[in-house]
Amino acid sequence: MFSYILKRLAVAIPTLLLLIIISFLLMRAAPGGPFTTERGLPPQVLANLEAKYGLDQPLWKQMVNYVWGIVAHFDFGPSFIYKDRTVNEIIAQGFPVTLTYGSISFLLAVTVGVTLGVVAAIRHNTWLDYLAVGVSIGAQVLPNFVMAPILVLIFTLWLRWLPGGGWEGGQWQYLVMPVIALSTSFMASIARITRSSMLEVLNSNHIRTARAKGLPERKIILRHALKPALLPVISYLGPAFVTMITGSVVVDMYFSTGGIGKAFVDSALNRDYAVMLGITILVGALTILFNLVVDILYAWIDPKIRY
Amino acid sequence: MTRSLLLSTVLSAALALPTLAAQVQPGDVLAENQEYTYWLLDAIKSMDPQINTDVEGSGVLRQLFEGLFNEDQNGALVPGVATSYDVSEDKTVYTFHLRDNAKWSNGDPVTAHDFVYAWRRLADPKTASEYAWYMELMQVKNAADIIAGKKPVEELGVRAIDDHTLEVTIEAPLPYFPKMLTHASTFPVNQKVIEQFGDKWTEPGNLVGNGAYVLKEHILGEKVVMERNPLYWDDEHTIINKITALTINDENAALTRYLAGELDRVQIPAGQYPRLKAEYPDQAVSVPQSCSYIYLFNLDPEKGPEPLKDVRVRKALSYAIDRDIIVNNILQGGQAPAYNWTHPATEGFEMPEIDYATWTQDERTTKAMELMKEAGFGPDNPLKLTLNYNTSESHKKIAIAVQQFWKKIGVDLTLNNMEWKVHTDKLQNQDFEVARYAWCGDYNEASTYLDLFTSYSGHNNGKYFNEEYDRLMKESKTADNPAPLYKRAEEILAEDMPFAPIYHYTKVEMIKPDLRGMGLNNLMQNWYVKDMYRVAN
Repeated sequence: MFSYILKRLAVAIPTLLLLIIISFLLMRAAPGGPFTTERGLPPQVLANLEAKYGLDQPLWKQMVNYVWGIVAHFDFGPSFIYKDRTVNEIIAQGFPVTLTYGSISFLLAVTVGVTLGVVAAIRHNTWLDYLAVGVSIGAQVLPNFVMAPILVLIFTLWLRWLPGGGWEGGQWQYLVMPVIALSTSFMASIARITRSSMLEVLNSNHIRTARAKGLPERKIILRHALKPALLPVISYLGPAFVTMITGSVVVDMYFSTGGIGKAFVDSALNRDYAVMLGITILVGALTILFNLVVDILYAWIDPKIRY
Repeated sequence: MTRSLLLSTVLSAALALPTLAAQVQPGDVLAENQEYTYWLLDAIKSMDPQINTDVEGSGVLRQLFEGLFNEDQNGALVPGVATSYDVSEDKTVYTFHLRDNAKWSNGDPVTAHDFVYAWRRLADPKTASEYAWYMELMQVKNAADIIAGKKPVEELGVRAIDDHTLEVTIEAPLPYFPKMLTHASTFPVNQKVIEQFGDKWTEPGNLVGNGAYVLKEHILGEKVVMERNPLYWDDEHTIINKITALTINDENAALTRYLAGELDRVQIPAGQYPRLKAEYPDQAVSVPQSCSYIYLFNLDPEKGPEPLKDVRVRKALSYAIDRDIIVNNILQGGQAPAYNWTHPATEGFEMPEIDYATWTQDERTTKAMELMKEAGFGPDNPLKLTLNYNTSESHKKIAIAVQQFWKKIGVDLTLNNMEWKVHTDKLQNQDFEVARYAWCGDYNEASTYLDLFTSYSGHNNGKYFNEEYDRLMKESKTADNPAPLYKRAEEILAEDMPFAPIYHYTKVEMIKPDLRGMGLNNLMQNWYVKDMYRVAN
């Protein structure tokens, strides 16, 4: 097991490197640059800027310098657009924000989603099942860019219970709407996956055996059915967790949370090369990490899986 | 004689101007709460006056720093750090007299040396400022060579005669030179602080300014918080104690939060002004803003499409656009239909008589059809063109409307929507046929618009060229009264039609009714929170 983890981590390094190279080249292939502005800079001014940010050097050299900066100093470079800040600072400010509302959304989505799914499966084809399915479909079809304005309309404008946006260090009033907006569609997916996988498990042989032995239903569900039923859910949760903690552009935009979801999209539109690469690497590294976590969880849950 | 007379008028005008602060009108009772919260569409990119490039950033910098001059409620110059100035006989040497009570927020006195440092810093290639060209635009001596690295920064035409006297030498007389000095890139900065903190000097706590407010918080994408600066020389007349600028990337979300009472000022999204004006007549305002919206034709000899080289086609395209429909049915925010380039509210600008502005739309369309026919196009031989525009709901609506207008005169217009950077890149490389374009004045004088279409302008993206136009604009730089030259230049633009003017901007906003001193009549929309106050309802 331990050697398996080491091996996976070793593979992660070339994977990340490949990610950097591909992103770097793709980004440079896009028309325009960080200093393309409506006014259009005089060539001399542009040359001074390119010299300052090293954009006048050959592409391969820029890439080597960039990777060296990360490896040697953990320095992801300066932002080309937010010139008072470095990429490290932008991520250090924005990532805790998305990590906070993303983790809470994740916990909420998993708890509610799994519960809904299990209840729906146990009470298959009853009103409870239909209700659970109805709720999860409703949550799924309501995308967060529709959800966010509706939430603000209800809780801010009509009821005046919650502030319409902002972060203020993550006080609870500022968390409620972002968490609801982000978690609902994930919750719905989790509920659906749980329900169908639970239904399949409940029809399997070992459950029939357990029932034949006369085990109480509660024990059958919790001990024998839930664990195997969660396998497909867990493989979904790995990437979902990364998506949630790295933020949502809709949530960041609509609720002005200052998270990195918005920063990521902005960096692409602004051609803020360093910020974009920095966040790409963060998302890439987290994805690799949590795929590994998922695989470890698999082995723990399913005795048939051994590494 | 005339010169010295003019000089003394300029001088006395400058001297006679009252220093502006919040001027509470008789009868106004101040409210208990003197805080002001306003909206920013985007995060502020930099708090460094010489690095900042955008309008929203300048709005913040005007509170944190103070330049030689400020603007009053109507946009006229009032003393800032400078109390008065003299101009040499040949109008190329300006001597500014600085007040001796101006202080930095760390207690240091603000001196002429701070301006020298800041201006050199703006031009210095090492700073790599995107606004370095502003020094060139101001014609400060040697600016161009310094930016190009051909001369050391010490040779920039600015020097401190003593702590309170600043001398600026410009290459050629520039009638509007003092007006350019309210621009944020000319604000002084504190050398000691910049050298101490390096790139980190703009962080809250490090940043030292000379404005009426100091920076307390700056959270990227969330907010900027500023508080009153007790060391500001005119602090006793400041009334607003705290400013909060909230970044909200969605203008509809911003409006909702305004209606929920979280903001004091927001922009109204396109098309919503009539509804809000009816519902909140005391809060919805529409005032002129110095920007013009046009469809630019590519006249590049090689890259421009052949039919657009025919002036009849360009005129037909311009005539066929029903601007009234665009402003009244699409934008609905009090924007003015445009038949010329310079925003008509620009100070000292005299609007020439432009023939097609006075016609009815039917007359324009008929004339357009005739011109197209003359140029060899018609229903059986349609003119195929492509319009580039950047992603935005209102750009799209206008483009669709124009597509319909042009269809009537036999133009088959393909709409080409693209992301902002791609649009700009294509525009600057003449890789377009017709392109949406807009320009906002840097200062309140017509040349900020008209210079753009000279053949030597770096922003002439359509590569328009007219010898007489170039000559007029060159002449205007030294003319005692450039207004007639500008008028003629506009006439040439209407004759040559290198672009189709569409509309002149307004700023359409919701503003809380208890706010005063907002400077709404200032065309440049340069406002100073130190001049504002809230009244008790």
